[in-house]
Amino acid sequence: MKETIDIRKLCINNMGKNIVIVGNGISGITCARHVRKLSKHRITVISSESEHFFSRTALMYIYMGHMKFEHTKPYEDHFWEKNTIDLIKKFVTQVDANNKLVLFSDGSSINYDVLVLATGSKSNKFGWPGQDYKGVQGLYHLQDLENMEENTRGISNAVIIGGGLIGIEMAEMLRSRKIGVTFLVREKNFWDNILPLEEAKMINRHILEHHVDLRLEAELKEIKGDSNGRASSIITNKGEEIPCQFVGLTAGVSPNIDFLKNSDIEIDRGILVNNFFETNVTDVYAIGDCAQFRVPPAGRKPIEQVWYTGRMQGEVLAKTICGERFPYSPSHWFNSAKFFDIEYQTYGIVNSQLSENEQTFYWEHSSGKISFRVVYDKNDKKIIGFNVFGFRLRHEVCDEWLTQKRTVDYVIEHLPKANFDPEFYRKYEPEIIAQYNKQSGKNLKLKARKGLLATFLK
Amino acid sequence: MENNPSISISNPHPSGVDLIQKTGLILFSAGLLMFLIASTGTGMEKPVLFAFLSIFLSVGGAFIYFFRKYLTKPAGVKNDQIWQNSLTSRGVFAWLFGIIITGFYVVLYWFPYVLENMIRLMDPLSKLIRGKQADQWFLYGTLYTLAIVVMGTKAILKYRHSNYQIIRTSSIIFFQLGFAYLIPAVLQLFNQPEFYFSYFWPLKYDYLFPSTVSDLTNQPGALGVFMVFWGGMMTFIATPVLTYFFGKRWYCSWVCGCGGLANTAGDPFRQLSDKSLKAWKIERWMVYSVLVFIVVTTSLLWINSYYQGAVLGNISEAFAKTYGFLIGAVFSGVIGVGFYPIMGTRVWCRFGCPMAAYLGILQKYFSKFRITTNGGQCISCGNCSTYCEMGIDVRAYAQKGQNIVRASCVGCGICATVCPRGVLNLENGPLKGRVNDNPILIGNKEAKINL
Repeated sequence: MKETIDIRKLCINNMGKNIVIVGNGISGITCARHVRKLSKHRITVISSESEHFFSRTALMYIYMGHMKFEHTKPYEDHFWEKNTIDLIKKFVTQVDANNKLVLFSDGSSINYDVLVLATGSKSNKFGWPGQDYKGVQGLYHLQDLENMEENTRGISNAVIIGGGLIGIEMAEMLRSRKIGVTFLVREKNFWDNILPLEEAKMINRHILEHHVDLRLEAELKEIKGDSNGRASSIITNKGEEIPCQFVGLTAGVSPNIDFLKNSDIEIDRGILVNNFFETNVTDVYAIGDCAQFRVPPAGRKPIEQVWYTGRMQGEVLAKTICGERFPYSPSHWFNSAKFFDIEYQTYGIVNSQLSENEQTFYWEHSSGKISFRVVYDKNDKKIIGFNVFGFRLRHEVCDEWLTQKRTVDYVIEHLPKANFDPEFYRKYEPEIIAQYNKQSGKNLKLKARKGLLATFLK
Repeated sequence: MENNPSISISNPHPSGVDLIQKTGLILFSAGLLMFLIASTGTGMEKPVLFAFLSIFLSVGGAFIYFFRKYLTKPAGVKNDQIWQNSLTSRGVFAWLFGIIITGFYVVLYWFPYVLENMIRLMDPLSKLIRGKQADQWFLYGTLYTLAIVVMGTKAILKYRHSNYQIIRTSSIIFFQLGFAYLIPAVLQLFNQPEFYFSYFWPLKYDYLFPSTVSDLTNQPGALGVFMVFWGGMMTFIATPVLTYFFGKRWYCSWVCGCGGLANTAGDPFRQLSDKSLKAWKIERWMVYSVLVFIVVTTSLLWINSYYQGAVLGNISEAFAKTYGFLIGAVFSGVIGVGFYPIMGTRVWCRFGCPMAAYLGILQKYFSKFRITTNGGQCISCGNCSTYCEMGIDVRAYAQKGQNIVRASCVGCGICATVCPRGVLNLENGPLKGRVNDNPILIGNKEAKINL
């Protein structure tokens, strides 16, 4: 509490700075919200994408009809005025760091005392022949969704290039409208640069169950168009021609920083920052998908393109802006996704390939849709990470175990404590521990129970 | 997005309806049509044949359609096209359907003679289970129960990836069919008072009125006394105890027929509830006003009865019943159900039900129940808020890592069922840490801003 008061004092002493945030995604908005919590600085958020903040991760649900655009806005429209956060819907073309100016495409400009760049990503296009035909697109921005609505109207077949998270989302979206999908994945199995083999194969099977024509180790060579300039088929690296009216390019995203090419702000793949999100130019910061760490935090990638990291970075930077210079020092990695009907959560580090010092225990349910994996150190048996599919784990408990460096035996014995599945769900822990005992020759027993009786005892 | 008409107008990609589903639809429509034609009077000669055959055809047809629709796909969230379908997104069909149900309620309450032939069609069934002729309420009860059975089965198929939903929906069907339909009917068959063991004061406001209590205790045999005991015990002992352990859900989404209809027949409309802060403000003053009104009325009646009519005279009972009718019947029926396709399914539960208000106070302050948010895993997508029938902005809590402890939450569990990242979980846990207004979003401990 004492620390809190100090921050507030600092901020009040500092009030009246003019803070301009470019980008109204999760990073920029989290930063704006926390700056507002801590200070009375003037805050302006600029975006050309949408007037109000929306959840990018929910775009697929708009297409599928689960929600309308308005449902994806985490705050009611009156929130921004109430919190005196000014919103400008314009497209930024340039940053003039010498004069502390942001220039817009309509010729107008805005000056700043502090500039936060949170411009996100754009879809990768690798110069494929025909990539600019109509009906060929990525999926990242709201405008991409509008295009997809238009491009897929009345069509029967689509091809998706790139086996990652956006690719499988796009497949699910198209399948919800009964559009035939051919899914080209460069790797041997779906997302197997991230997922271990067993999990990748599980998702392979599930993709097929949803009637998607999954082509592994297949790449795009060329997109062919018709006389109207619209995509009509693609040719794979194996020479096969697949007719289609829509091509989804989902081979990753990269920082959306073209507007900085002629500025003084140093860029590489992303905007180069230190662990305070400071660029080479004073009072200019970058967070989220568009930032690239000069020296990444231990065990982290130089560019973090995840909702959760964007949110954390925005929160950390707000502190620095409000006077307490604070480094980005994230706790244990976590992430989640959903592949059609199968939920995925990961805590700590689980790589697709085990490294030298690692061992793993993997259990899969007979349905082939539920699994649990723990990766641990070969020598001291201390845990390194978890992967779960179709089975929910408690973030708090996993995080605590990783911090406490618990052993794999401890984790297997106490797994019910980490179970986050809803009431009345089948408990998998007995099966998991039985398999673990069988494989390790040990005789561990479950330490905690979760159930109706526990309800009364708690 | 607003300027893109294709997203808000009817679904441009109708999902495939195969031959078996079409057969189911034909049978359903034939049954419904037969019922309507028979109720013009033509069915009176053979009421048994017409009533049973039409019900059998429409229920059977509906089952064929739903089983085929859901069992041909892998289990999982099935909300595709909800906001692109006219019926479920306040389109033309929604208005038509809403007007038809509302009209039915108006006729049922104020012009039951219009339904005379339809009521007569129910005579054979009524005689069989109640031992007397049907009336408008028997017709209504039968249709209500059928709706819960058929649409409950559909809900089980739709949410079959969640054991919580399967068991909860089965409970709803069980309590409606047994406690709210068959048992009261059979009681009448044996010349006992028509009593609903699954409804209590203050929802069944008159169960603790002096007149009801004296009627029941004056019944020959011990059953009447037991009914009074049961009603009082459920209201004052079982309700606080069960709510302490499980939250208000034990009643609102496991037992109650109003909630039961909302979660079965109303399930396609649950996303239409108003999530705005304004709606929440209206909800709070409205629902607690109804509770206060019923508590005051009941107290006055008892005081009046104690002083043998000296306080209010004889008009009191009639006065209470008129108001009760307006609140309990008209609000819960006409607006509560009739407006399903426009305002969502829990309008009555949220804005008008005194039982929900009572349970809500208990849940907010004296309960182990909460919806837990799983650390920092929320992606703010909005599915939880969209599909909350009580209009709770679940996401507002989840994205901050807060637990959801709200008086209005009926614990239907759909937020947890539709969450794509497994963030929400209905739990009964220790009171300590139940409300966490200032949580740390895990993953970012160092950046804790304590405000």
